[in-house]
Amino acid sequence: MEGAWEIAFVLFQVWLSIVVGLIVLPAMFGVSLGFTDIYIRVLVKTLEWATLRIQRGQKEQPTLPSQSANGIIEKDDGSMEEEIGELRRSHPKNLVGGDFTMCDAFYFCKKGIENIVEDQVTQRFTSEELASWNLLTRTNNNFRYISVRLTIIWGLGVFIRYCILLPLRITLAVIGLSWLVIGTTIVGLLPSSNAKNWLSDLVHITCYRICARGLSATIRYHNKENRPKKGGICVANHTSPIDIVILANDGCYAMVGQVHGGLMGVIQRSMVLSCPHVWFERSEMKDRHAVAKRLKDHIADKTKLPILIFPEGTCINNTSVMMFKKGSFEIGRTIYPVAIKYDPQFGDAFWNSAKYNIVSYLLRMMTSWAIVCNVWYLPPMTRQDGEDAVQFANRVKSAIAHQGGLVDLSWDGGLKREKVKESLKEEQQKMYSSMIKCLFSPNRIVNY
Amino acid sequence: MGSTSSTLLKIPNVEVLMQETGFSPAHMIRLHDRFKALDKEGRGHLCPQDFGAIKELAMNPIGDRIIGAFFCPGKETVDFHTFVKILAHFRPVDKNRPKEPNSPEPINSRSNKLRFAFQLYDQDKDGKISRDELLKVLQAMLGMQVTEEQLESIADRTIQEADLDRDDAISFEEFRKVSPEILHSRCFIKV
Repeated sequence: MEGAWEIAFVLFQVWLSIVVGLIVLPAMFGVSLGFTDIYIRVLVKTLEWATLRIQRGQKEQPTLPSQSANGIIEKDDGSMEEEIGELRRSHPKNLVGGDFTMCDAFYFCKKGIENIVEDQVTQRFTSEELASWNLLTRTNNNFRYISVRLTIIWGLGVFIRYCILLPLRITLAVIGLSWLVIGTTIVGLLPSSNAKNWLSDLVHITCYRICARGLSATIRYHNKENRPKKGGICVANHTSPIDIVILANDGCYAMVGQVHGGLMGVIQRSMVLSCPHVWFERSEMKDRHAVAKRLKDHIADKTKLPILIFPEGTCINNTSVMMFKKGSFEIGRTIYPVAIKYDPQFGDAFWNSAKYNIVSYLLRMMTSWAIVCNVWYLPPMTRQDGEDAVQFANRVKSAIAHQGGLVDLSWDGGLKREKVKESLKEEQQKMYSSMIKCLFSPNRIVNY
Repeated sequence: MGSTSSTLLKIPNVEVLMQETGFSPAHMIRLHDRFKALDKEGRGHLCPQDFGAIKELAMNPIGDRIIGAFFCPGKETVDFHTFVKILAHFRPVDKNRPKEPNSPEPINSRSNKLRFAFQLYDQDKDGKISRDELLKVLQAMLGMQVTEEQLESIADRTIQEADLDRDDAISFEEFRKVSPEILHSRCFIKV
């Protein structure tokens, strides 16, 4: 027995030194040895082959339903006016008066049924559907058995992901986080000085780089000249907690968030030792003025790092951008928008917090092929005269959506938990009432 | 890696359903997934709150009535079978269907589509849309934007135009006569 333990220990040491030597150290210095590139290229070739095989298989058996990524509804994108107008025009009596007809109800009925079959909001909180399968069981929607070779490749994929990549990634994550806690604590012991800030930045960046390797993340940064500067606010679209790792690989930010207990709490407390972050107690979060004041104080100090905020307030599935909460846009400083777009082919980064807790989410991340994403730094924006916070927020949101190729929605992400406000129904009623001409007679009285 | 046919088999009575409704296997799978997604607690049936959770539907002025159309009187739950049969009303009309004299009318015929719309108005299911029922729908669609008098005058005028047998209510036949032709060619589930 003794011998077996010794051998295991030696193997473990060898394993650890390989990991440290070939992955951790280069990562810390921002050097890439090219392993990830080769891996991604092999992966791309394999997935292309798999796609062709599946398409060939589908052609050979025409009874197979082909995957339609756009859903079951052929939406009429006409406005309420256009659609009700068409209904009325085909009326047997051909009413031109534009008055109420009983068929107007059919417009609302049709819209209602469309929404029952598919709606814009719910769809954003489930993972994006892929046009073709990427050999992960979790994204398997109706892909049926095609050939022996495909099954073997899939089986090989499972083995590689769970038995080789997963232990590797967990090791890297553990090393990365331990380094963060230890490193920031040590740096925290130093007196305030430029050297301390520089060391703190170094510790943070190296840790995030190790974590990024721990996810096999390939990140492409665009327009680095627009990178957020000190005293500014960086806003980005939110898909998962990993967004922080993605952004922090290329710059240092002050994080904003709620104080947690447990492991997260330990990490948060040690991070604050080396450089200021903004952590709120749960009770403080309810007081919007207190929150705004703390953020304002932070950015007023030009030596502090730019704040990183996700104004959507919740994780969305990276196909769209939802309403930005106006709080961050009221503080009145330069906003540096950033768009993050993940490539779902290699792994779905979306955190469906209703379905998975953080641990199972991270395990799913670590057993995906890789995380491949693009980050675009957009030119800084400031609030114009005559623009209120909400309009400014929408302007920034559109810019981010446009750059990232995401759908720009005005729905509130918080709707996934709350009920719809009455005011939205009233808007529909208002729009409809404007289509009933007889209401515009001189003695019309409107109740509000 | 399951096969499509095994996913289909998980749906009870799927063959019968496809025959009755005319949905293709791909549609059945989609609708089944949608049913499961709406049935958040995995009970195997939907209740009104599950429909109410669809935000765009909650914003629809006659959303409640549309939801009500899925539930048979007295029943508080909707199973997949009923769900699909109701949605089948909105399939495009099959132009090439042979007209057999004894076969039952397909669910997505123009007549059945109109009947669905008729029932949105006729909540007490007595076969007629009374003035009151018409007023209630107008109230739902217009809300606070109009006065009582305006609502009543619109209702009066509508009944006057459509009510041919002068019984102060609109029967299904009268409703049919004032409904547009375009109703059936605009229905929207992509085949």
